Amino acid sequence: MIGFIIRRLGQAVVVTLGVVTITFLLLHMLPGSLARDIIGNRATPQAVAGFNREYGLNRPIWYQYWVFIDKLLHGNLGYSFVANRTVDSLVASELPRDLVLGGLSLVFALAIAIPVGVAQAVRRNGLVDYAGTGFSFLLYSMPQYAVALILIQLLAITFHVFPAEAPQSPSILGLFAHPSGLVLPVASLTLVTFAQFSRYMRSSAIDTLAQDYMRTARAKGLPERLVLWRHLLRNSLIAVITLVGLSIPYIITGTLIIEQVFNFPGLGLEYFTATLRDDYPVMLGVTVLVGMITVVGNLVADIGYALLDPRIRY
Amino acid sequence: MITALPETSPAPEGGDVVSTGSAWRVLLRTFVANRLAVVGIVIIVVVVVFSFFGPIFYHTNQFDPSLTTVNLPPGAGHPFGTDSSGFDILGRMMVGGRSSIEVGIAVGLISTVFGLLYGAVSGFFGKLTDVVLMRFVDIGLAVPVVFLFIFMSQIFRPSLTLLIVLLAIVSWQVPARLVRGETLTLRTREFVHAVRTMGGGSTRIIVRHIIPNTIGTIVVTVTFQVANAILTLAVLQYLGFGLPPTTPTWGSMLSNGTTYLQDGYWWEVYPALAIIVITVVAFNFIGDALQDSFDVRLQER
Repeated sequence: MIGFIIRRLGQAVVVTLGVVTITFLLLHMLPGSLARDIIGNRATPQAVAGFNREYGLNRPIWYQYWVFIDKLLHGNLGYSFVANRTVDSLVASELPRDLVLGGLSLVFALAIAIPVGVAQAVRRNGLVDYAGTGFSFLLYSMPQYAVALILIQLLAITFHVFPAEAPQSPSILGLFAHPSGLVLPVASLTLVTFAQFSRYMRSSAIDTLAQDYMRTARAKGLPERLVLWRHLLRNSLIAVITLVGLSIPYIITGTLIIEQVFNFPGLGLEYFTATLRDDYPVMLGVTVLVGMITVVGNLVADIGYALLDPRIRY
Repeated sequence: MITALPETSPAPEGGDVVSTGSAWRVLLRTFVANRLAVVGIVIIVVVVVFSFFGPIFYHTNQFDPSLTTVNLPPGAGHPFGTDSSGFDILGRMMVGGRSSIEVGIAVGLISTVFGLLYGAVSGFFGKLTDVVLMRFVDIGLAVPVVFLFIFMSQIFRPSLTLLIVLLAIVSWQVPARLVRGETLTLRTREFVHAVRTMGGGSTRIIVRHIIPNTIGTIVVTVTFQVANAILTLAVLQYLGFGLPPTTPTWGSMLSNGTTYLQDGYWWEVYPALAIIVITVVAFNFIGDALQDSFDVRLQER
């Protein structure tokens, strides 16, 4: 087990380094020069040279790469000249709201997907199963933002139940001060995430149903309700860990899109602003951050799975 | 060991041996036997005919914006209305379908073929080759796709070809993983040892024996890859990876129309959304149906 964890950690480090390297190379593919962007086209060659010297841009590329890695290792994601603040401070102020949106939606999506998946598996090829499969089929055949559009059309434009714009408060408490504005963004992201989880939960529950211990539980006379709760549900939950870990990039992309649709203030919206203003340090910093979160998610899922399921031995 | 059978052998006890035919024939048979797959194929044929041959019968101007026909509701002359540049929506769905389907199918095929070769090589040679090759797959999967695209759109001038290349670059990893997994078990099978004993080289084993045995996975993967590419394309257009208005796609129609949803111009959103969903559902139908028929485990129950 220890050997597995060490090997898996090593892989994660290599993959993270790969993501960082690709991102760094992309930075160097950008046309134009940072100096011209920041101090302007009319700056003298001396001023440009001075700028380049100050930020180490006259050094060879391997040295700049090393500095980039060194900064990352110290938790420094870069500095945005356009916004005149560090990318770290931007992430620190925006990320908590993303966690609220993504976290709430994840919890709700699981709260729907797990019972629905189990119900579908138990009544396989029945009405519940077909309805559930059809619904999730339709959901994941839509572009993620289409779910949000339909909800806006129905609940904000046609029937004025919930506002189509998210609360604009900069603090988390402010978000919850206007819960009605949170409903549509969270509901949209919940549905999008549910679409990804639903089929997986169903097939995982079907696999569990076919296990010998299910037959044993029934054979020893356990009431069906207990068989389902103690044996089917608990064993299907192990699969949830893998599911959540692997779907992190999907949830992040979903958050990005939902933020754009509802003008939800968060890192995704900041990212869009950055693309409009050619704010490359922010774009790079956020991309590296998302890549790292993905790697860590996969790592935690793999190790958690190995720890929780005693049948898995490496 | 069976030696030569006598000329007048009696009928075999287990009944006549039916020739199963080549992998392609098995594929064809599973296809026809599965109603959902047939429905999917029919929908796709209709959509393809609609997009590629529709403009021959239904002429519309999709190049010069016309200010006199802006945001017209569905009615005479424009069955689905017009958009904010005065383009006929029905005609634009045809033209947009052409680029959307081209991108979807090109990306599906390129990414699957590349992933197939990559995965087969990685799984077959194993050991260090596998460890190194699979880390590249992991890296590819960890780079956030949408972020990468928005970034790329700042560097390059977007075109259909560029979109196909970029989408293929970010989608070959999944087929590679699947095929690698299958290859790991296939390479230990007896027929692989037999080829080796007979002097067959690695290339021959991979091309003639490993790859044909993964046909089920491949076909299923292609359909899902096409569906995903069409969806990703639509999402990218919404997020601003824009193509010039002369190359409309369903995604760009949807993204333009969204601006006018508040004004009640529903016809600028829902026809485009409907055709995306119908097409993607059709590809997913085929993928799901084939997956079920190739999955021996499911057939048993």
